[in-house]
Order: sequence, then C-alpha cells, then structure tokens
Amino acid sequence: MPVRLSKGNNMATQEVLPAERSERVSLLHDPRARSIFFQVLIIAVLALGGWWIVDNTIENLRRSNIQTGFGFLNGRAGFDILTSLIPYSSDSTFGRAIVVGVLNTALVAVTGIIAATIIGFLVGIGRLSKNWLIRKLATVYVELFRNIPPLLVILFWYQGVLSLLPAVRESYSLPLGSFLNNRGFYLPRPVWGEGAWLVLAGLALGIVFSLLVSRWARARQMETGQQFPVFLTSLALIVGMPLLGFIFAGFPLTFDMPQKGTFNLTGGANIKPEFLSLFLALSFYTAAFIAEIVRAGIMGVPRGQTEAYSALGLSPSQGLRLVVIPQAMRIIIPPLTSQYLNLTKNSSLAVAIGYPDLYAIGGTILNQTGQAIEVVVIFMCVYLSLSILTSLFMNWFNGKMALKER
Amino acid sequence: MQEHDLAWVRTEMALAQAAPSSAVGPGAWVRRNLFASPIDSVLTIMAALVIAYFLPQVLNWLFFNAVWSGADRTACLTTDQGGQLPSGWTGACWPFVEARFGQFMFGRYPIDERWRPILTGVIFVALLVPLLTPSAPFKRLNAILFFAVFPFVAFFLLVGGYLGLPYVETPLWGGLMVTLVISYVGIVVSLPLGVLLALGRRSKMPIIKMLSVIFIEAIRGVPLVTVLFMASFMLPLFVPPGMSFDKLLRALIGVALFASAYMAEVVRGGLQAIPKGQYEGADSLGLGYWQKMFFIVMPQALKLVIPGIVNTFIGLFKDTTLVLIISMFDLLGVVKQSISGDPTWATPQTAKTGYVFAAAIFWIFCFGMSRYSMFMERRLDTSHRK
Amino acid sequence: MNKVKVILGAAVLGLFAGAASADTLDDVKKKGFVQCGVNTGLAGFSAPNDKGEWTGLDVDFCRAVAAAVFGDATKVKFTPLSAKDRFTALQSGEVDILSRNTTWTINRDTALGLNFAGVTYYDGQGFMVNSKKLPGITSTLQLSGAAICVQSGTTTELNLADYFKANKMEYTPVVFEKFEEANAAYDAGRCDAYTTDQSGLYAVRLQMSAPDDHVVLPEIISKEPLGPAVRQGDDKWFDIVKWTYYALLNAEEAGVTQANVEEMKSSENPDMRRMLGVEADTKIGTDLGLTNDWVVNIVKGVGNYGEIFERNVGTGSPLKVSRGANALWTKGGLQYGMPIR
Repeated sequence: MPVRLSKGNNMATQEVLPAERSERVSLLHDPRARSIFFQVLIIAVLALGGWWIVDNTIENLRRSNIQTGFGFLNGRAGFDILTSLIPYSSDSTFGRAIVVGVLNTALVAVTGIIAATIIGFLVGIGRLSKNWLIRKLATVYVELFRNIPPLLVILFWYQGVLSLLPAVRESYSLPLGSFLNNRGFYLPRPVWGEGAWLVLAGLALGIVFSLLVSRWARARQMETGQQFPVFLTSLALIVGMPLLGFIFAGFPLTFDMPQKGTFNLTGGANIKPEFLSLFLALSFYTAAFIAEIVRAGIMGVPRGQTEAYSALGLSPSQGLRLVVIPQAMRIIIPPLTSQYLNLTKNSSLAVAIGYPDLYAIGGTILNQTGQAIEVVVIFMCVYLSLSILTSLFMNWFNGKMALKER
Repeated sequence: MQEHDLAWVRTEMALAQAAPSSAVGPGAWVRRNLFASPIDSVLTIMAALVIAYFLPQVLNWLFFNAVWSGADRTACLTTDQGGQLPSGWTGACWPFVEARFGQFMFGRYPIDERWRPILTGVIFVALLVPLLTPSAPFKRLNAILFFAVFPFVAFFLLVGGYLGLPYVETPLWGGLMVTLVISYVGIVVSLPLGVLLALGRRSKMPIIKMLSVIFIEAIRGVPLVTVLFMASFMLPLFVPPGMSFDKLLRALIGVALFASAYMAEVVRGGLQAIPKGQYEGADSLGLGYWQKMFFIVMPQALKLVIPGIVNTFIGLFKDTTLVLIISMFDLLGVVKQSISGDPTWATPQTAKTGYVFAAAIFWIFCFGMSRYSMFMERRLDTSHRK
Repeated sequence: MNKVKVILGAAVLGLFAGAASADTLDDVKKKGFVQCGVNTGLAGFSAPNDKGEWTGLDVDFCRAVAAAVFGDATKVKFTPLSAKDRFTALQSGEVDILSRNTTWTINRDTALGLNFAGVTYYDGQGFMVNSKKLPGITSTLQLSGAAICVQSGTTTELNLADYFKANKMEYTPVVFEKFEEANAAYDAGRCDAYTTDQSGLYAVRLQMSAPDDHVVLPEIISKEPLGPAVRQGDDKWFDIVKWTYYALLNAEEAGVTQANVEEMKSSENPDMRRMLGVEADTKIGTDLGLTNDWVVNIVKGVGNYGEIFERNVGTGSPLKVSRGANALWTKGGLQYGMPIR
C-alpha cells in the first residue's frame, strides 16, 4: 500500500518527499503494514503446517493401504444396532448406520432437553420458594448434581437402573399392560388399522381450530377486555377432534401387548435401559444447571415488578406466569441455549453404557473400515449442525421473547 | 397542661410485651417457613415423606449397614452369594476402596516411587494456598512459581529419568494423579491460549479474527470426546511415520485446546465489559497494542471474569473423566477398571461403592472450587454495592 | 526438551524428505525395546497381575520377539489398547507389534494395512449363559429372542449378526465399547448371553461374581485365528516376528525347553544344531538381522510354545484350557512350525 501511495504522488515533489520519507521510516511501526505482515506470516505458517499435515497424512494412508473417500458408506454394515428409529438390519449400509446414530443422538437430545427444562424450572423455582424444606432440597439437588462429572452420573444411573430393576421373570407389572424390568420399559404398542388417517386429520383440524380460537380470543380481549378460556377450549378441540375421527373410523386401533417369551418380553414397544439411564442422567445433570439459570433469571426481575402485580390484584401464580416469567425469560434464554448445546454434546457419553448414538456407531464403523478421517469429518459435521440448529431455534425463540417496545 | 387534660393518654410507657407466640419461636418459624399456605403444607409433607423414605436408606447403605473391613469379596457377599452377610443385605463395601486406594490415587505408578507424586502434590498445595488467599504476600513471585516453575519441577519429579530418579513412563500413571495433571495442564495452557484467542477474535485483522472465530466455534460446537477422538486417532496420521506421541500428551493437547476455546469466550465477555475510555486512555499514553492489553485492559477484564474462569476450570476438571473413553485411566477410569476387571472384589455392591467414592472426590474438588469462586465474586463485587 | 527436539526434527524432516525411514528393526534397536500393543485386560492373554506386571500368551509372544532381537526378554514395553484404537496404534507406529488377541481376516490384512505373522491361538466364537437364571439352555440355537452382550468393533460382533441371521433367529445386541463394560453388564443381568472368543469366555467367567453359575455353550460359530500383526511394508520386521513364532513351535517340536536349552546346544542332531545356531558358519540368524543364537535367546527368555501355552491358559493357569486345535501338528493339532533351515 505505501508503495502505491508514493507512486501516485510522484508529481508533487517538494511537499510529498518528507511525507514519503517519514512513511518509509515508519514502515516498521505502521499498524497497517504490520497487520498485513502478521497476517501474511500467519497464513504462511498455517499453509506450511497444513501442507506438512496433509503430506504426512497422505503418506501414512498410502503406507497403511487405506483408501480415502466416502465410498465406504455404501458398504454392508454387518453389525446390528440395539435400538433404531428407522428400519435397520445388518444388511443395511454404513451410511444408514450413521443415520441411525444421528437419529438416536437427536432422540436423546430432544427428550433430554424437554425433561431437563421441566425439572430445571421446577427446581429453580423451588430454590426461591418460601418453603424452607423445599428450598433446602432444591439446593442440595443442585449442588449435588452440578459438582459431579456427567459421565459418572450416567454410569451411576445405568448401574442403578440395572441393579434396582428386577430380572425379566420378576418384572414389575404396571397398569395398562406395561412392564418394567432390567431389560427396559415395555409398553403396549398401538397398531393403527384402516381409517386411522381420520384421527390424524382430526388432530390437525383441532390444532388449526385452536390457533384460530386463540387469535380470536386475543382480538376480543384487546377490544372488550373480556377473557375467553382459550386453554380449555383448545384442549377440548385437540383431544375432541381426533376422538371424533376415531369414532367415525370405527375404532381402528389395536394394541400389541408385551408377552413373556423365553428370555425377554416380546412384542410391544420397548424403551431400552441404556436409553432410559442416559435420558435420566442427562436430564438430571443438566437440570441442575438450568435451575441455577432460572433462579438467576427470576432474581434478575426487579422486586418492583412483584409489588406492581400485587398492586394490580393479580394472584402470585398469575403474577409469576404473566409478569415475572416473561421478563425472566429474557435473562434465561441465552444461557439456557448453551445448556441445551451442552446436553446435546454430553449425549456422546452414551458410548460408556452402550447406547448406540452417533459417536458409538461411528467408532464401530471406524473399527470395521479404518476410515478415521472420514468418520471424524462426519462427527464434526453432524455435531456442528446439531449445535447450529439448536442455536438458530433458540435465537428465533429469543427474538420472540425479546422486549417489544411499542 | 395538656397531658393532664387528656385523661385517656397514658402517662407512662406501656411495658414491652413479648411478641405473640404465633410470631416467634420454633412454632412460628415452622408455620412461616413450612406451613404458610395449604399448598405449602402439602409440599412440605411430600418433601418430608421423600426425605423420610430415602435418607435412612442412603445413610444405612453408606454407614450403618456398610462393611468396613475385609480381605476380599467374601466380606461383602450375602449368604446366598457365598458370603456371611444376611440374605437381602445391601451396603457399601468400603474395604474394596481401602484395598485399591493406592491405585485410585496413583494408578500403576511404582509403589517405591509414590513419594514423588505425593511430594509434587505437597508442593502444589503449598504454592496454591497462598496464591488463593487474598491476604498472603508475594503474589507475583507466587504466581510465577506456580505457573512457570512448578510445571518443570512436577515434570521432573513425576517423569524422572534424571539425577538417579528412575524413569516412570506415563502408561503407568493413573488415578487422581492423572486427573489433577490433566486439569492443571489444561488450566495453565488454556488461560494464556484463551486470552490470545479472545484477543484474536476482537482483532481488527480480518484473517486473524476469522481464524480465531473458526477455531473457537468449531471446538465449542463439538463434544470433547470427538476432540479427544481426533487427538488419539488423527494426530498419529498427521505426523511422519515412526513418530508417535505419548498417549497422555495427546489427551493433554485435546483437553487444552478444548478448554482454550471455552476460556476464550469467557475472556471475551470480560473484554467487552471494559469501557472504551480505557482503550483510548491507553492509546493516548502512547502504549503499544500489547502494552495496552497487558497493563491496562487484561488486568481489569480478567478480574471481571474470575467467576467465569473458575467455572471453566470446574468444567475442565469434570471433563477430565472423558479420557476414560480413549482408554486412559484417570480417577474414574481406574475405579471403573477395578470394578469390572478384577474378580477379587467382584460383588453386586462393588460398582456402587466405587462410583460413590469417585463421586465424593470429584464433588469435594468441584464444590470447593465453586465456593471459592463465590467468595472471590463477593470480594471483587464490594466496590460496586452499597 | 528431547521431545521438543524430536518434534522439531521430525517437522524439518517432514518438510524436506516427506517420509522417515521405515525400518522397524533399526528403530527398535535404537530405542532399546520393543513396543507391543496388548489387550487392556484379558486373563490368560494379557492382563496385569497383582504387582502390575503384564502376563499372558500375547504378552509372552512380545517377550519372545524382544528376546530374539535383544537377547533379553525384558526389553519390551506394553501399550494396553482397546479394540477400537488397536489398528490406529499399529498403523501410526505407536506400537511395533500388535499382539492383542486379534483375528486374522482378509479385510484386516488388506484394507487395514496389517500383516499377520501367524496364529498363536486358534479360537472360535462361543456363547456363555447363566445356568442358574436360564436352566435348560444347552445350545446356541435355543437363544432366539435373547439379549446378547458383545464388544463393539470386533469380528465377534459381525459373526453374531451373521449367525443369527443365517439361523433365522431374533436377538437384541447390547454392544459395549470395552470388554470390561460388556462383562459388567452381563454380570448385572442386562443380557441373557455373552459372546466372545471361547478362550475369552473362560477368562470372563472367572471375573463374574459367581463363576460357577455360568456355562459356556458347546457350539463354536466362527473361526477366530488370533495372532500378532505388524505394519505392511516392512518385510524384514515381518520376517522376524513370523520366525519368532515358528521358532517357538519348532522348539516345542524338538523338545527344547527353557530348562534344557543350554544342554541341547551340545546336541549331535544337525537339525537341532542348525536351529540353535551352533552349527559352524550358520547364517540363519544374521540373515534375519539378528544374532545366530536368536532361538536360544527366545527359549531361554520365555520357553517354547507349549510352555507359554500351559503357563498362561493351559493346565498351569486358572483358565485350564486344553490344547485342542492348538496342539502341535504331530499331536493332531494345527500348530505347524515352518522348518528352520
């Protein structure tokens, strides 16, 4: 840059010369020149290092005769997986096994996030309760779980689930034909018959109608100040419409009940103990952090707000719901997002208890094929996209909750 | 005078009466704190029932029913499992922890050499305690000793191979010792690296900024296990054939990189909180970039984020357990190994006992750190509060 | 400091030369020890004992290689490896030999870039069940519907899938990354059956809280030839490891034991004299890149194959495995040492 400057100014002789000189002297101290120099240096170092790494890697792969590329994903996997959300057998491809892993990770992350949020909010509010016993219990809970490594929590739950639940033959019989034993939680699996689409259609209609009702109710409240029991109406619509469809279609539902087989219960839906303990561990662990965030959020709402809603005649529960929580949410959401991300990332600890998440299945594939680099690339892409998706959703939610200045 | 006219006005003060019994004493406390409203009462009763159900079980298991001495697993087996204890007994099997205590602390570090990690630990505590005590003198010297001199002393003591100290290879290391080594190195490396990354992220140089952002976000977006996985499976591919890294070194690199990314974000928070005037003030004094950062900005910024830094340390400390997944034996790894790989102590209670022991150790460390962070927070906060 | 120098040196080398030398024997001699990858803990094959010393068949094989190279069976260091990181460790040069009950398959021989030097133990995959909880199970074919604990990333996991598919049986795979985790889950009753190599089953059984309750089912569903492996592309080192294995077998066949090897040196038998390197102007050892008394060193250091077997997994051990397929070919087994001449 300095060179071009001086060239352009060649015409004007006398005045520019000193400037030119001073510029040349200060080239070492010119922040712009230095910044360009450092950046070029860093790029050069990185490029050299990168080239060295790539060169070594290619050499190493060639020496150990490992093919590169993602072609291996079309190969037959050959191994079975404990639980899968999509049909999978040992004849499926490695690619499909990866998808099974991604879905299993997503399943435990989503259910874990929901459970952790519920427990976290309850405990967080409990820590601020006027009730001494509840307050102390919540504190003990938070301090206990927050200060123990998540891996230990997971192992502990797994050990607990396996050792506290009875063997298959002594299963706990629960209502509605479900069973609980150390092979998991067995539920009757609904089998839909002909005409089941009517139920789905009813559900869809119910949701649409309740949205319309809530819109109408809000408009009416704005105009007349009269309230309408939106919640109850929506509940009736969402439950009632599918029920109507169900009756019209002639009760197209049978249940596949769990039966005692030689070894395990057969039939029905089975929630595996691996999933159960991972889910419980992640939710309980993360809930301790969420509780602290919720507590900080509620305490961040000025006391005047509480006094104000009391003055308006709102009951404490109404006040909490309509005044305090909406304001606390603005403080809560950003750190909550990072807890959700942590939970998703911690789900990779599943490998220690044999739950087939992405990390566990990826490890198995690496072992069968030796494709270390490709597997790591897949890990990175999937976890980064899960993180980005969660962040995007939470940012959208944050935007909705943000203060709307009118 | 007026006082006499108003006959209904008392001439002397009424004697102070004790507060009504409904407002003082244990009864009032109970009413106010436990049974303030019907819902409160229900909650209290439910909570009390939960406690009454679980607490005796936990205490019984931990202390009253626990086995405290024995030579092998038969001490912790019930009659139908081949031992002496009554059928249906459950309780902790503490002799297992006692028998393995040395391993839990030092792994397979040679028994004759165990004074070395102990000495290292003593030096560590001797340097750490005054560093953490605000009133202790010689902070600067202390910090230099702790962060710059101690690593070399510890390396020399633990690895050995010089001056007649036998060489102890890292695969023999294990237990709490490895947990502490990884945490210490992670902390010592991640703090400066995190500061550099945070500065890089706020730098005006586009390429440096971009590289810092990519590094921080990529690391923060993936689980530590994948970073460790990379360190253990990819690193060997990146270097020329025949050159190999120590497994512990690989774990250290992975953990340190991971912690730096988190540290960078904490430090960035502090940097953002420093008013612009401070930067301008430094500029007007003619300080260069590094002088400005290290004499003016960083001391203020780091002070602001001490709680965040300590929280990152706590996270790092807990995360060291994940090296278990790449077959290294930290405290949890050793506990887990002695639970399942060893018939001498295989009983139904061994696993629970081992996990409870490990959890207790981790809990003490993490709780201690979080309390210290709260203490510092209060100390540093005094100037801003009424 | 030294480490830094090595790294810097390697960096410079890497920049200019592209690749370092690939001569494992030279590297090993320079280091002064053989780095050997073993199992993290499989009784009879490789497990640390009470004093923290490694013992087992796979471990002793590495000691034999060290004895062949250095004349000293103690010049060996062990790296415990999980099923998952074993191949990377070998490929990257972290270990010189992988002696970790690893099954010889074509995929591993070709796609993973390994060379198997021989079969130190002929094994097959079997199943174990808890006879107390499941009385009446006497055959693998009765296991339809069972939950089965297995270690991930092993041939065992693949065989299991194939076997149940071929026999049209259902099962629930409960897959663990580590052997110890699978053991613990099986012991806790998570699975009905446990599957691994049959030798491993005997070892696992000893680690159960009630070993006598567990029975190993008679069927063997696969061929599991376990042996040491080295990297591809270094024939000299491959030869040394391969011939160490044959030397162990030949020593047993010729009746050379740890106790009598010195006496045998004065034997008149030319075959024996050639093997022990006492024949005049023999070049067998030096051709391998070793000394001529390499077989003597091996046998002195660890004994012959039969001695290693009996000590670690055979009658002299808690496992009490019979020789079976691992007997010498002269005794009806499969172990056949190529002639040393």
